[in-house]
Amino acid sequence: MTEIFVGLGSCGIASGARQVYETLQEELTRRKLQIPLSVTGCIGACHREPLIELRLDDGSRFLYGELDPEKTRRVVEEHLIGGNPVEEYLIPLDYPYLSKQKKIVLANCGVINPESIEDYLAAEGYAALRKAVTSMSPEEVIEEIKTSGLRGRGGAGFPTGLKWSFARAGKGGKKYMVCNGDEGDPGAFMDRSLLEGDPHAVLEGMAIGAYAIGADEGYIYVRAEYPLAIKRLELAIRQAEERNLLSSHILESDFSFEIHLKEGAGAFVCGEETALMASIEGKRGMPSIRPPFPAERGLWGAPTNINNVETLGNIPPILRMGGRAYASVGTEKSKGTKVFALAGKIKHGGMIEVPMGITLREVIYGIGGGIQNDKKFKAVQLGGPSGGCIPERLLDVQVDYDSVTATGAIMGSGGMVVMDETTCMVDIARYFLSFTQSESCGKCTFCRMGTKRMLEILERITKGEGRMSDLDQLEDLAVKVKLASLCGLGQTAPNPVLTTLKYFREEYVEHIQNKRCPAKQCRELLRFRVIEEACTGCTLCAKVCPTHAATGERKAVHSIDQHLCIKCGLCFEACRFNAIEIATGVEA
Amino acid sequence: MGKGFDELLQHWKGQKGNVIPLLQKTQELRGYLDREDMTAIAGATGKSPAEIYGVATFYSQFRFQPAGKHTLKVCHGTACHVNGAERLDLALKTELGIEPGQTTEDGQFSVEKVACLGCCSLAPVVMLDQEVHGRLTGDKLKKIVRRAVE
Repeated sequence: MTEIFVGLGSCGIASGARQVYETLQEELTRRKLQIPLSVTGCIGACHREPLIELRLDDGSRFLYGELDPEKTRRVVEEHLIGGNPVEEYLIPLDYPYLSKQKKIVLANCGVINPESIEDYLAAEGYAALRKAVTSMSPEEVIEEIKTSGLRGRGGAGFPTGLKWSFARAGKGGKKYMVCNGDEGDPGAFMDRSLLEGDPHAVLEGMAIGAYAIGADEGYIYVRAEYPLAIKRLELAIRQAEERNLLSSHILESDFSFEIHLKEGAGAFVCGEETALMASIEGKRGMPSIRPPFPAERGLWGAPTNINNVETLGNIPPILRMGGRAYASVGTEKSKGTKVFALAGKIKHGGMIEVPMGITLREVIYGIGGGIQNDKKFKAVQLGGPSGGCIPERLLDVQVDYDSVTATGAIMGSGGMVVMDETTCMVDIARYFLSFTQSESCGKCTFCRMGTKRMLEILERITKGEGRMSDLDQLEDLAVKVKLASLCGLGQTAPNPVLTTLKYFREEYVEHIQNKRCPAKQCRELLRFRVIEEACTGCTLCAKVCPTHAATGERKAVHSIDQHLCIKCGLCFEACRFNAIEIATGVEA
Repeated sequence: MGKGFDELLQHWKGQKGNVIPLLQKTQELRGYLDREDMTAIAGATGKSPAEIYGVATFYSQFRFQPAGKHTLKVCHGTACHVNGAERLDLALKTELGIEPGQTTEDGQFSVEKVACLGCCSLAPVVMLDQEVHGRLTGDKLKKIVRRAVE
């Protein structure tokens, strides 16, 4: 039977997928075509959104990208009715972006309808839970996860099976299973896409974990910024309860497990597990000292196990295929796959899943297609505010926990932001530090004050007011902040500064000694000037200039008054004749 | 106070971990949190008003002044940053005369700075009320703002 799937993840919707969906609805009704039209999650090729997939009677599949209502009507007319694929909009099956990935966690994302439990069941959904509850002891489940070698996908990479065995050993009758969906890293959207695209997989993973550790109650903590994920989770929980896959006596066994949904209220530090628990309890989300670890005393004093969304999404496939088969993917110490949100100055951005051990170069050039506008690659940022910038000469580093950590960055939760020659590394360090500084909960002095002082130094450098001694002071403070902070936020906050200092020190020196920003990003160090030979006197720059710094008569060469210019760059963006140049550095 | 609010208090009374959901639902109802409501929540949850205020001010989601008719959320995720999110702030400043965290005098617009909207491949993005606008420049954003008041 022919079917049409429309990718309605957040990115798709922002690109106009809803209009495409409505157009398809209208066309199908108008032409009285009895073709089922389904919604699916993120197909992953965000740079080609809006995407639709046609699955024909004969099993052939066609993926169309970058559609709008008009193009959609053409696909209906020519392909659905006429039987001739519209080649121009078609994404070929061997499109490297898609063909070089390996999908385990995301196998259902963009394939099934996330709002239909029938779809999930048809894709072997809840088979792993059934297997665990009806034919395995909790210890056997934990052993299987240990065999798989799965490590926590939230960033730190702690072995999941071991974590579960600690929680299983936790004393007391009441235990909690918590799913951490407080994906706060700017530049990361893996958990959102998985929750939007395959919510049942995460619920199933949670239920299996709860069975293994002996919990009967659980919480999913999701950012309030993810309304679609929340809506689909609510629906999925209700559907699973109706089918006796959650709640009491699951699948007629003695195992009961109830899941509550908690909306985060906007605090990055709540991604840290002790802070997350405080937040669930209704307090300020501040971390507390460990030990006691959550496995001993967690939520409301009971033993608690906390796993990241992607970690839990790996659980059902592991039980289905067996731990040994899962462990055949990846490297010796990092098993399985990792999901990344590939973004920044990359040609083909989106959500990707790759086997551990792939090199950064293969990801960026093989899958991502290289740098936008064929500019020069400068760095790739892994691990968000806790991670670091990796330079070109280390692009052959393998993607696994230990190799990435050796560069000074961290694997992190999966943000991978590519930067080119127009990205300033000092500005990036300043950017991440301003983020962690404002998100520091304030409990530890070095995190609260140390990051503030570091930020002040970086701001000074980006304004051309830095001193060479600032660089030593930055390094000194970085070490102290790492040592004297209680939680991961403070312990990793200096990483973006340390890695940029290590690999891009010359950019810092340029800012300090020559008052020059090589990437032309640090506003205070720039001058916008009119190139007289190129200016046609079209007056556009004068029109967009908010401070009347750019002035001139029609058809006469314009000029920019440096005293009035606030360096907003609007004139540069507006000029159609490339007649505005950006200068930086001390005038010769 | 209004009927909806009393029902909220009744519904959540006695439930564990009820403080944050109560604050969220109250803000949904009123648009912001005021002193009176927070004191009532303190009463219903058996906590001190200072504790409730402490929780509310810890999280960036809560606001203590009414928001403008339209809310502009400028994404400052990493991908948006490297693609020029700060220029968008500047464009809004020159267009509306306000900085992130402020509301225009006529009550039309509030501007907020958000960590990441998760639409990184469309960077830089701004969310105007419920709609995400991607691949923006300062000029495009100004046009979107002007269209919103028409």
